Amino acid sequence: MDEIRILSPTGVCGSGFLESSFESALNQNPHVIGCDAGSTDPGPEYLGSGRTAFPRDAIRRDLRLMLLGARKLKIPLLIGSAGTGGNDIQLELVHGLVRDIAAAEGLEFRLALVHSEQDKTYLRGRLRAGRIKPLHPAPPFDEAVIDRSEHIVGMMGAEPFMRALEAGADVVLAGRASDTAIFAALPVMRGFPEGMAWHAAKILECGAAAVVNRKTPDCMFAWVRRDHFRVEAPDPGLRCTPQSIASHSLYENADPFRLVECSGTLDLTSARYEAVSERAVKVSGSEFIPATRYTVKLEGAEKAGYQSILIGSIRDPFIIRQIDDWTSRLAEKIHARVRMVYGDRLRPDDYVFNVRIYGKNGTMGPLEPVTEIRSHELCLVFEATAPTQEIASTIAGITRHQALHLPIPEWSGLITAIACPYNHLDRGAVYRFNMNHVVEPDDPCEMFPMEVVEIDGAREGKAAA
Amino acid sequence: MTALAKLARLIRSKNAGPFELTFDIMFDDLATYERVKRSGAISREVVAARYRLPADQVRFFYCDPALAIKASIPRPFFQGDLRDSDGHGGQQYAPLMDIEIP
Repeated sequence: MDEIRILSPTGVCGSGFLESSFESALNQNPHVIGCDAGSTDPGPEYLGSGRTAFPRDAIRRDLRLMLLGARKLKIPLLIGSAGTGGNDIQLELVHGLVRDIAAAEGLEFRLALVHSEQDKTYLRGRLRAGRIKPLHPAPPFDEAVIDRSEHIVGMMGAEPFMRALEAGADVVLAGRASDTAIFAALPVMRGFPEGMAWHAAKILECGAAAVVNRKTPDCMFAWVRRDHFRVEAPDPGLRCTPQSIASHSLYENADPFRLVECSGTLDLTSARYEAVSERAVKVSGSEFIPATRYTVKLEGAEKAGYQSILIGSIRDPFIIRQIDDWTSRLAEKIHARVRMVYGDRLRPDDYVFNVRIYGKNGTMGPLEPVTEIRSHELCLVFEATAPTQEIASTIAGITRHQALHLPIPEWSGLITAIACPYNHLDRGAVYRFNMNHVVEPDDPCEMFPMEVVEIDGAREGKAAA
Repeated sequence: MTALAKLARLIRSKNAGPFELTFDIMFDDLATYERVKRSGAISREVVAARYRLPADQVRFFYCDPALAIKASIPRPFFQGDLRDSDGHGGQQYAPLMDIEIP
């Protein structure tokens, strides 16, 4: 085999792609279809809660087309980071969608489910053995962090995908995975140089994002060879140029030349990018430096509490010119009132009251270099985060009343200081990412248990009918 | 002197994972990229000063094949933390726009 052809239908399963691009890509006879289905980018609440960032029906639409395409060509379909965070709730949700689609379409295939949710006992053992190490920057980490996490996932490398393919899986549905590992798995398994495999994977994982001007989320196609790879977007209206492909290594990466994976580092220092047509680019020279020790990155989310927010605005120039002082006086009033209501049942450390001031530094916070406010109005978002929704809601109610009537020296008499378009809103549980650490496993697959299931959609479809 | 925002095709910021922010300053043509690169008007130290960070907290790169300059900094608050104001990190680049390029 002198070439591996890989189709990436889109950057995230659920974000969509054009059927015309997908059909034209299938005509290029790919050996594998891969799709990333998650990320940390939507924030910690998805890993923490088990909800998905893209709507279930949107995920179903993309999955259906990918499953039909892969089964038509009898090629493997590899999906990583199922359901946004890749925890077991999200993996099971996407598994359910796969089964529904198989039943509706009468599809038969071998499905490998690869779990990435981590066993807390295993992690405690690794921590005690000194086999969990911080990346930079990292929050403090100990057994208490493991215990209070809602969900912890490991980000799998290419090996669990390879194991699934070796087990004869037609469809691999994996929990949290390195985006690139999904696409590197087959070429690495077939012995292609890892520099080519991982760099092509890096371009493919975002679908058509590496073209000059992406119109809508869409497909990308790569031909991986031993000394180079070529990339081209199936939509004839999309162009890859050497600059657009080289630029893709900048996106969401802190270091544009070195991309760290479980098994090593993709080094792009010597990568060369050449146009082979108006729309296609050939890449060579990319190198992969194997790691001395295999590492698996952890992602964890814990509950920060329950939150209620109040939105209000201020137009009075007297208040605007003393806004910092006004908000700190307000905070004191709120803390005093909370003490009156709850007494010793709620200590000051048990809740967080925060004010965002839009028109001042609401967007950049401590990074904001502009110190002088010129706005004629300000928007304030008041947040109360507390151990229960009821308490958060109570503090937000207190905030509304205290902010409305907080006096300023320029006026005498009862003032109404903020304009509120609506009453406070209860946001439910809020989460935080609580680790930026790697585990050193003994084996690349030990953190990722696999189940192999024979899907017989024709039978299941009949049983359902 | 010309403001960096007038010379660049795109100045952007984005999360690089939940713990870091990264800035890309991208150019359309080699001549403009080389002009900015050679001027020395944007450097690790300049980025550090604009974000009030010590220079050793800033990673800084010239990415020639992409005609781009890149810098990465630690996030002031981790993504999604209670005081984080920009979940995707997408609106943190404005302080770079008015850097004057000779």
